[in-house]
Amino acid sequence: MAMGWFDYFKQSKPNSAKVAKERLQIVIAHERLDRNGPEYLPQLRRDIMEVIRKYVAITDEQVNVQFEKGADYDVLELNIALPERER
Amino acid sequence: MSRIVVVTSGKGGVGKTTTSAAFATGLAMRGYKTAVIDFDVGLRNLDLIMGCERRVVYDFVNVINGEASLKQALIRDKHTENLHVLPASQTRDKDALTQEGVGRVMDGLRDDGFDFIVCDSPAGIERGAHMAMYFADDAVVVTNPEVSSVRDSDRILGLLQSKTQKAEQGGNVREHLLITRYSPTRVASGEMLGMEDILEILAVPLIGVVPESQSVLQASNSGTPVILDKTSDAGQAYDDFVRRFLGETVPHRFLEVEKKGFLKRLFG
Repeated sequence: MAMGWFDYFKQSKPNSAKVAKERLQIVIAHERLDRNGPEYLPQLRRDIMEVIRKYVAITDEQVNVQFEKGADYDVLELNIALPERER
Repeated sequence: MSRIVVVTSGKGGVGKTTTSAAFATGLAMRGYKTAVIDFDVGLRNLDLIMGCERRVVYDFVNVINGEASLKQALIRDKHTENLHVLPASQTRDKDALTQEGVGRVMDGLRDDGFDFIVCDSPAGIERGAHMAMYFADDAVVVTNPEVSSVRDSDRILGLLQSKTQKAEQGGNVREHLLITRYSPTRVASGEMLGMEDILEILAVPLIGVVPESQSVLQASNSGTPVILDKTSDAGQAYDDFVRRFLGETVPHRFLEVEKKGFLKRLFG
């Protein structure tokens, strides 16, 4: 491997601040949903996951439960990304 | 009319007490009659940071329980006129702070003509933190450029928006973000969250950025609020923060890497 002495000086450390920001954005978005929605929301999400897993193998990230407060009514939005079909 | 300001963060060790001491001192320096209250029952520390630890006779819980009057318990600050400290109790009774009792103390301070009441919150989201924020008009959320601190700040913002008197009455606690222990050098090299990143995540108006500074430890060693160290970067940053809080437009400083001269680089 040709890693010259020059590379030693400009070796880029992984930008860990960027990683921190991305991780924070994801975890905080989740926590905000939980606290803005009704108290049953986290349990509802777990139950939904369990039901879907009976039929399809999915991970936590593939299920998105959103709760939005509206003026007249609230909306519960459920988004499930199914795994890619095997060809 | 008094304005009640809670200094809070969720996470411990980010600089709440340092900030409360500097903030209250800065307000009093400008002529506002100010009280600063330590809500950390069982872990009193504001007295040390303010340098009045040897003059504590009565405390917050004594006042709540009617064992002392506000006048007896309030300690006149020796550095700054118009400034009074109400120390926390060292009792281990976690239920010592009642909402009704804290409310009475707030009313008493209001009647005594205090312009500002600064509430130094304990870490966590337990009773003490809840009581510190409950009556607040404003909240200064102290955050370090670090993942756990930012996340905890977001938690606290959620509580400010739901578990305060203002929220219960359908209003809002005014939120201000204060970033402390900021290191522009580390931000520039990509190893520390930048001010913009934190603002983007928390979406709260920025009121100040205090750089990581040796002067903070020196100030606490001697029991002198760091804002009184006018030559220090942290002291100046806190002074800017107080001015912004009072409505002045002050540009942010200490955000860029300080360019060192050749000699300074050689000799530090």
